[in-house]
Amino acid sequence: MIAGMCAVTFVPRVIPLLLGQDLVLPGWIRRWLSYFPYAALGSLIFPGILSVVEGKPWIGLLAGVVAAGLALKARNAIFPVLAAIALVVALQLLGV
Amino acid sequence: MESTARHELLRGVRAGIPIAVGYVPMAVAFGVLARQAGLGFFQAGAMSLFVYAGASQFASLGLLAGGASALAIVLATLVLNFRHFLMSVSLSRRLPPLSSHGPRRVFSLLGLGFGITDETFVVASLDAALTPACFAGLALTAYLAWLSGTLVGAGFSSLIPAVIARGMGVALYAMFIAILLPGVKKSWINGVVAVAGGAIAWGSSLAVPQIPSGWRIVIAILAASLIGALLGEDTEPERARGETT
Repeated sequence: MIAGMCAVTFVPRVIPLLLGQDLVLPGWIRRWLSYFPYAALGSLIFPGILSVVEGKPWIGLLAGVVAAGLALKARNAIFPVLAAIALVVALQLLGV
Repeated sequence: MESTARHELLRGVRAGIPIAVGYVPMAVAFGVLARQAGLGFFQAGAMSLFVYAGASQFASLGLLAGGASALAIVLATLVLNFRHFLMSVSLSRRLPPLSSHGPRRVFSLLGLGFGITDETFVVASLDAALTPACFAGLALTAYLAWLSGTLVGAGFSSLIPAVIARGMGVALYAMFIAILLPGVKKSWINGVVAVAGGAIAWGSSLAVPQIPSGWRIVIAILAASLIGALLGEDTEPERARGETT
């Protein structure tokens, strides 16, 4: 089972890298691909962030807003990350 | 050349630290749950060592507990992880060509491909001067965090307080936001694409909850980035050029 899971995870990850670099693609496909990271980010953040604390979607949202505010100031991702963790831990310890 | 490669590797390691912070608690949780689901210490470790895909590892535990067959679990893994195919396509366009040739090149690409996860992909893609060595450092940091977290979780089941573990669950989202915002400041279209991605993923989870989350992300990526392609002009260089020597 683990070997099968390994194979079906590994193959899709490497095939495009092995073949893709020499491929010449038309401009509109390149443009389409260039937006993949942003589309991926959007769909990874939302709605997942609502389920950080089960049943309390606002905690995840609040932590996200705080992280966004700090990210606008900080140059590094680590500071917003640590602040968001601290906020969620603190809110849970306070029992809200 | 050698020192540039080392510098790039270290730059990647630094970029991978926020990912590692997010991975460790998730991996610890996986290790704990894997033991509870009846896997041994080495089986749990082997999952993270060979499969290295968070969502499908968790899903497989649920399926195991439900008595699913190995074939069903492998198919579910394929469905959940097919999004990495899209990410690999995108990354293959952004990564400058490798300097090595022949078997060494293939081996390097296999290694880089193995390191593609949601998190390493987005961090690497939004790096303006991405190099293979930088991605290698990034991917290795994330992989070691995932693996070591799993071993800790599987070895010392439930020594970590639940409050802390849940708090650290927010780490990856905070990191996603922190790497999204500079892109949005650069061009409003990036923001539109991200909001569309989130809206499509959320909308589809409400409208058709039976679709596995992996496919929802595939659909959201394809549709939302198409919106960007229609709105946007070709501003972003698909590869960092000029640095290669």
